[in-house]
Amino acid sequence: MSDSGQTNIIQLENVDKYFGEFQALKNISLSVKKGERIVVCGPSGSGKSTLIRCINRLEEHSNGKIVVNGHELTSAVKDIDAVRKEVGMVFQSFNLFPHLTVINNLMLAPKLARKASKAEAHDIAMKYLERVKIPEQADKYPSQLSGGQQQRVAIARALCMNPLVMLFDEPTSALDPEMISEVLDVMTDLAQEGMTMIVVTHEMGFARSVADNMIFMDNGEIVEMNPPKEFFDNPKSDRTRLFLSQILTH
Amino acid sequence: MSFDLDLILDSIPKMLMGIGLTFQLLFLSLLLGTALAIILLIMRISGRWYLSWPTMAYIYIFRGTPILVQIFIIYYGFPQLEFIRESIFWPILREPFGCAIVALTLNTGAYVSEIFRGGVIGVDRGLKEAGAALGLSVTHRFIYITAPIAIRLCLPAYSNDVISLQKSTALASTITLLDMTGIARTIVAETYAPYEVFVSLMVIYLILTWMIQRSFGWIEKRMSRHIREEV
Repeated sequence: MSDSGQTNIIQLENVDKYFGEFQALKNISLSVKKGERIVVCGPSGSGKSTLIRCINRLEEHSNGKIVVNGHELTSAVKDIDAVRKEVGMVFQSFNLFPHLTVINNLMLAPKLARKASKAEAHDIAMKYLERVKIPEQADKYPSQLSGGQQQRVAIARALCMNPLVMLFDEPTSALDPEMISEVLDVMTDLAQEGMTMIVVTHEMGFARSVADNMIFMDNGEIVEMNPPKEFFDNPKSDRTRLFLSQILTH
Repeated sequence: MSFDLDLILDSIPKMLMGIGLTFQLLFLSLLLGTALAIILLIMRISGRWYLSWPTMAYIYIFRGTPILVQIFIIYYGFPQLEFIRESIFWPILREPFGCAIVALTLNTGAYVSEIFRGGVIGVDRGLKEAGAALGLSVTHRFIYITAPIAIRLCLPAYSNDVISLQKSTALASTITLLDMTGIARTIVAETYAPYEVFVSLMVIYLILTWMIQRSFGWIEKRMSRHIREEV
């Protein structure tokens, strides 16, 4: 967490999150600079998903301060919608709108939230469908696509809002093994184009090649944060070492 | 006991003269009841107690009492009240047709709003979150994501309620209206042949029910294109 002069797109200061009695996040502080790519890993229940879901306020944090692109996240609804337009999110379970065709899934938010005309929205949608290499599926319904294709559509849908940051919540965890690489390829391309990304994943090969910084979380805390080389080759904490040995041995 | 075929052939066309009124009662109260249901639904799920509590009380009362009693209260009870006789609703409540429409509408609204609520609850939370994450406003999320999916989900229950309403229209005959049931009762009073007349009436209602079922089957099929093509 260096304090260089570069602007932070995302800033978390001493963030706590409680679900009832259970504390899901404990005193999390984190800065993300423009163009930075962060991979978050950790055992299930460690708070990884909660962390990124707080950044676009799908979860409301209990204490502390979260600032996204200069907007502090508070209960003011207007600000929240403004922030969410700048923060794309990709979910583990895709969450494509099942009643809309692929192209309409992509056009919906630009039309409604960006007030794009139908023609503009269509152009944007086709552009990003080509980026994720499935323009030929534009008129199909999500249920007619494979899991990998659905997740690529979900990525394209988020990109259509031209976000400053992309959040990925275990984007390949629900996929059959043979479909994982097609999604990771799209994400790698995105990283190479300079997109700011926070990715929750256990795909360590992807993490190693793409991440600027690795975060290991356990019990709602950031246990360790380091560049991948350091993180994988010389983990500081015992907990990190144990976790890495568990997921890398097979 | 013999079965008087001539009487049946004679009474069916007479009863069918009331089908227009049956349809009017059905479609008008369905339309108004569905509109009322949407308003009640929005109040119910608004998250504001001063909107949701009265709605819950309303639904409890109208689902918890016989529709026949509701019709009687509106038709026989309301005219006793001076403020109703002086209100702008009097031209409607003065007429038995208006009373029947009001009763059926209020009743259907209560039932259908609960059906819609079931549909809204059934929409996957992840889809609403996806809409939120894209920066769509609460209203846009409801109109473009929640509502279309919820409508598909509650269509079978809704069609059930339309069939139920179709049969409830027969209660209008108790307040002098000559719908199909009203006409049947008149014929029975003249001929003392309840068996033939009412069985014929049942057959007509069954045909109407079949038509409603087929219509909803067609709508369901159309609205499920995205599911059917799944392989």
